[in-house]
Amino acid sequence: MKRLAFVSGLLLLTLAMACPAVAEPLKLGVPFPMTGPNAPYGQNALRGLKLAMAARPQVLGRPVEIVVVDNKSDKVEASNAANRLIQYDKVAAIIGPLSSSNSLAAGPVCETAKVPMVSPWATNPLVTQGKKYVFRVCFIDPFQGSVGASFALKNLKAKTAAIMVDVAQDYCVGIAGFFERAFKKQGGQVVIKTMYNTGDQDFSAQLLAIKAKNPDIIYVPAYFTEGALIARQAREMGLKQIMLGGDASQAAELIKIGGPAVEGLAFTTHFDEKGVTTPAGKSFVKAYRAKYKEAPDSCSALAYDAYNALLDAMDRAKTTKPQALVKALEQTKDFQGVTGVMTLVDHNAVKPAVILHVKDGQFVYMATVSPN
Amino acid sequence: MDSAQALQQLINGLTLGSLYALIAIGYTMVYGILRLINFAHGDVLMVGCYFAWFGAVQFGLPWWVALMGSMVLTALLGVLIDQGAYRPLRKAPRISALITAIGVSFFLENLGLVIFGGRPKAFQRPEIFNQLYQWGELRVLSLSVWVPIITAVILAGLMFFIYRTRQGMAMRALSRDLVTVHLMGIDTNRVVALTFALGSALAAAGGIFWAMKYPQINPLMGVLPGLKAFVAAVLGGIGNVFGAVLGGLLLGLCEIMLVAFLPDLAGYRDALAFVLLIGFLIFRPTGIMGEELPE
Repeated sequence: MKRLAFVSGLLLLTLAMACPAVAEPLKLGVPFPMTGPNAPYGQNALRGLKLAMAARPQVLGRPVEIVVVDNKSDKVEASNAANRLIQYDKVAAIIGPLSSSNSLAAGPVCETAKVPMVSPWATNPLVTQGKKYVFRVCFIDPFQGSVGASFALKNLKAKTAAIMVDVAQDYCVGIAGFFERAFKKQGGQVVIKTMYNTGDQDFSAQLLAIKAKNPDIIYVPAYFTEGALIARQAREMGLKQIMLGGDASQAAELIKIGGPAVEGLAFTTHFDEKGVTTPAGKSFVKAYRAKYKEAPDSCSALAYDAYNALLDAMDRAKTTKPQALVKALEQTKDFQGVTGVMTLVDHNAVKPAVILHVKDGQFVYMATVSPN
Repeated sequence: MDSAQALQQLINGLTLGSLYALIAIGYTMVYGILRLINFAHGDVLMVGCYFAWFGAVQFGLPWWVALMGSMVLTALLGVLIDQGAYRPLRKAPRISALITAIGVSFFLENLGLVIFGGRPKAFQRPEIFNQLYQWGELRVLSLSVWVPIITAVILAGLMFFIYRTRQGMAMRALSRDLVTVHLMGIDTNRVVALTFALGSALAAAGGIFWAMKYPQINPLMGVLPGLKAFVAAVLGGIGNVFGAVLGGLLLGLCEIMLVAFLPDLAGYRDALAFVLLIGFLIFRPTGIMGEELPE
């Protein structure tokens, strides 16, 4: 009897020791712009990410821990943030940065260190081109530019366009070029292309030049800071043309700062609650609205998807080792994201774009355009 | 470019120049008395904007009440900065005070980031400034017409104060010789505090009109206008109030002229300010109105 007790005691002890201790957390690096001109995008993206984490806090039996480092909307800081996350925090993967310029800065860092990087929102094709470890869960600008051009020609019935390019941002330069190419190819004419810099507050010279050419529409794929000011000054100068933008126009501040000047401004982007196609998307909108009392934007939805796509790849790879993880990410197919059903081709997502416009001080859904 | 456009750009230039002038006066007055370049001045104007924003948005005050209130509060802030950061270093080498100024600048910026967050806030433009005047081809925002007028009124008041009152005389005396004035029985600390108060109040006014012209505020908004106003102060002869005004107008007009006549170089408008600074420092370091004072 005593022997039985002793043996069963030993057995229980062995079993207890065989149970794993609290699993080591899996660290993910999040170099988002929390301050600086891109702060609204970064803060919204973090909201989406946190929502994703709350819905799915574990992967491979380990709790997920995110390390947020502010990249201050700056290229140098983005690169530093990536470095710090890899060297100091020893993250398994990085979700971010958001803007194309910052993703182009952080990409080589992750590539050299062989740490997978998934950008939720960067659309310039160069971000993933030629890279093995850099991915994105959104579409790329050749597609977005041509959607904009088609919309301008077919829906806005524009034959001539003026383009305003922020020469300091890779995103703006890229998408303006793709728009121009597509617009010309589909029979339109670009009458003038003017330039400005990030941080500029006065656009009177450029707008005066555009006014002289009298185009049908003005293509302004600007970030909201400049976009709002451009819209205001354009209206003040008597320019009545419709303004067409890109996905960087989707920030609540565009309307708050632009006021009545941005009424009618249309833009191509990734996500809107009215254009939701998947059940995951519907529940995401519900959860976001419940927690933040406002409609989710593209940045939050894409960050949500980036998180889940990454974890899904980890599940399929059954490990967090970079080589296997990269292979699993490359094989992402028909992933049910909140922004749509996603397949990664050459590290980029092939997805439809939605077109929104500003009406009565709100972003209103207009259409969805699928890639052909 | 026809005459209507040229006139429009001229008015733009005057407006921008007036804004730089208002901010530059603060730099120049402080330098004149303390030989200190108050790098925190640009961030003081940022705080002034936020005070006005709070007044207008949170408390629903009419714009001119918010403006006045902000000027008073910012003046107090200026005095606080002087008492807390610069006064203890009056006897220290000048470089210590300079480094402290930079420190105060960073402090204010990051305090703003913590309190107000990184997202910019919309600044309401009062209706009186939002009118569009149209004369033929010319379209001018009423703000562009009012700002130079209001600036001229403020400056007239300031000139009266500096040249016709005892306090003003004390300020002018202090800029000549700080130690001797102290020996004459004048409370130098009080006069210095007054200088900071005046300079900061003017910066608040400049900042608020800047925010009305480019209607968004964020904690880092004061950096570039502050730097350019500093350049304006140097151009006009740092230490000379009239020079600051002249420098501000000159810089504003040059910037707009560059953008108007060479639109391809519009991206370099900020660089122009610094090119002018370098040029003046090489060829005429005392500025337009500066005088060589014997050490």
